[in-house]
Amino acid sequence: MELISNTNGELQVVAVNSPRIDAALAIEFKEAMRNATDTDRPTVILDLSNVDFIDSSGLGAIVASMKHMGKDRRLVLAGLTPTVDKVFRLTRMDSVFGVFPTLESAIDAHAA
Amino acid sequence: MHTPHKAQHPETGTSAASSAVTDFQFSLNCSFLSVRRGVEAVMQALSPLDLDVEECGTVELVLAEAMNNIVEHAYPPSDEPGLIHLSCTHAPDGLHVKIRDAGRPMPDGATPIGAAAQVDVEFDDLPEGGFGWFLIKDLAKDVEYRRMNDENHLTFRLVVAI
Repeated sequence: MELISNTNGELQVVAVNSPRIDAALAIEFKEAMRNATDTDRPTVILDLSNVDFIDSSGLGAIVASMKHMGKDRRLVLAGLTPTVDKVFRLTRMDSVFGVFPTLESAIDAHAA
Repeated sequence: MHTPHKAQHPETGTSAASSAVTDFQFSLNCSFLSVRRGVEAVMQALSPLDLDVEECGTVELVLAEAMNNIVEHAYPPSDEPGLIHLSCTHAPDGLHVKIRDAGRPMPDGATPIGAAAQVDVEFDDLPEGGFGWFLIKDLAKDVEYRRMNDENHLTFRLVVAI
């Protein structure tokens, strides 16, 4: 599980460099996210554009990552591919996160 | 490691694509990694059906959720590991899937109801699990569970490639 983190002013962008966040990877993902988001950036954009598949364990790991950041910070999702989008939509977890179709649109929406 | 012991790809060229597929069976070890490989193998075996991205997502998700549940609950780490057997038949009304394991039975002899997780809750109460059976029941039809001969038999139909 590789996460690539970049900061862009007040924004931090964390890109997932893996085609799947599934049950076999969920714990590793959660730990990597914990390390990556151990910053003081108020908003973290999670770039999921390389992720083709997520299952309920992966979804749970993303929710856990957001909760670990605390409610005063925001975890925003960007670049959802069709199956990833389907999982968020069906479970209605898309209403819990800010969800943007592309990384660019997420950055535009959160740039100061 | 999965062991595809009877994967048939009857690409005989004698009939239309819709009927050129595809009964197959896989047996998998009970680990999350073999479930992942098993799902990938199924998608490979289904490639003659030319499923669209929406249909692929449905098949991948339901199979992954159903088999991950077996790894997690039917064969918990404290028990002897066992196999997961998956078989798939393409019919005019979709993909008929059977999944069998020799692990622990479902509590109460039935699958969970699969209610949607509550999302209108306080931040700290947001759900980190409990999505799996909701997704299975939402995406699959005719979901049936039976305990027979000390084995769990889960069957369902996926309305794809109809």
